Amino acid sequence: MESRILVVLPHPDDEAFGVSGSLAKYIRDGAQVTYACLTLGEMGRNMGIPPFATRVTLPAVRKEELEASCRAIGIQDLRLLGFHDKTIEFEDQDKLDGSIMELVNELNPSLIITFYPGYSVHPDHDATGEAVVRTIGRMPADRRPPVHCLAFSKNHEETIGKPDVIIDVKEFLLKKMGSIQAHRSQFQAAELLGNKKMPDKDIQDRFGTERFWTYRFE
Amino acid sequence: MQLIDKSKVKEMIDLLIDQDLYIHLEMTMGAYASHVDSSKHPAATFISNAVIRYTHGSISGNGPFRVGLKTSQGWIYSEGLTHYEDEDVERLIMAGHDSQGKLIVALQLSREPF
Ligand SMILES: [Zn+2]
Repeated sequence: MESRILVVLPHPDDEAFGVSGSLAKYIRDGAQVTYACLTLGEMGRNMGIPPFATRVTLPAVRKEELEASCRAIGIQDLRLLGFHDKTIEFEDQDKLDGSIMELVNELNPSLIITFYPGYSVHPDHDATGEAVVRTIGRMPADRRPPVHCLAFSKNHEETIGKPDVIIDVKEFLLKKMGSIQAHRSQFQAAELLGNKKMPDKDIQDRFGTERFWTYRFE
Repeated sequence: MQLIDKSKVKEMIDLLIDQDLYIHLEMTMGAYASHVDSSKHPAATFISNAVIRYTHGSISGNGPFRVGLKTSQGWIYSEGLTHYEDEDVERLIMAGHDSQGKLIVALQLSREPF
């Protein structure tokens, strides 16, 4: 059982589809979760239909959505690290790694969850995963917490193989849907459900399992 | 955000003439463009809080709209604008959203940094 989990992701909503169910499950089993969200997703393109946010108001809107998502999941501790959307790969690495190391030192997590570097499509995702892996890789091998990575780039399984951590979250779909729906500027119900109205069975198949790859440090 | 009212935007453009302004200018296809459709060439660009000053400017088209601002040495140009922030009287906040509501282009001018 995990007691202390540190989640490191760059954008509000990154938690919604890939990890929210697992986090709800860990929390039900007694875990304390800290979610370090690097940016406010201030460069996001979705602002609602019709748009209810602007480039100027989007950061505040997304911060509130993120807080609502955390409440839906049950996350106890949200940290906003204050980096700027789209810039993680260009950020000063010492500053980036330093802020992650600081959290690791403070929390002493038994598990870290982030994106798989190189297999997570968005440059911010890859750069966040890289920073986590770089930071944890510097720790002595016997003190490193396991790092579970999300991956979703095309054909990622050809190189990194099958996920080794598969979590059934069907019991936690209400919380997961709550997290997804909290990000109302980002996800429209129509987009979420596709063109057809999706029966419960389909939602369960589509959202009921979350997959992670344990990062292998050389 | 409201659909652009050309005359209101023109008033605002005129109000901001001949002064130092912070500009946010952006165009993006979205970070997932080539993930969703590999034939798409992903492109995005933005400049945030650069200081500019224009001597003359206007809005044209029937929607989506174009805005051109003439500076002492050059131009600022943006096409595809559909929405503006009608409640903002100090700043000019404009954006172009596609049929799915996603932001494609943004042009913002303010006397204070964004
Ligand atoms: Zn993201």
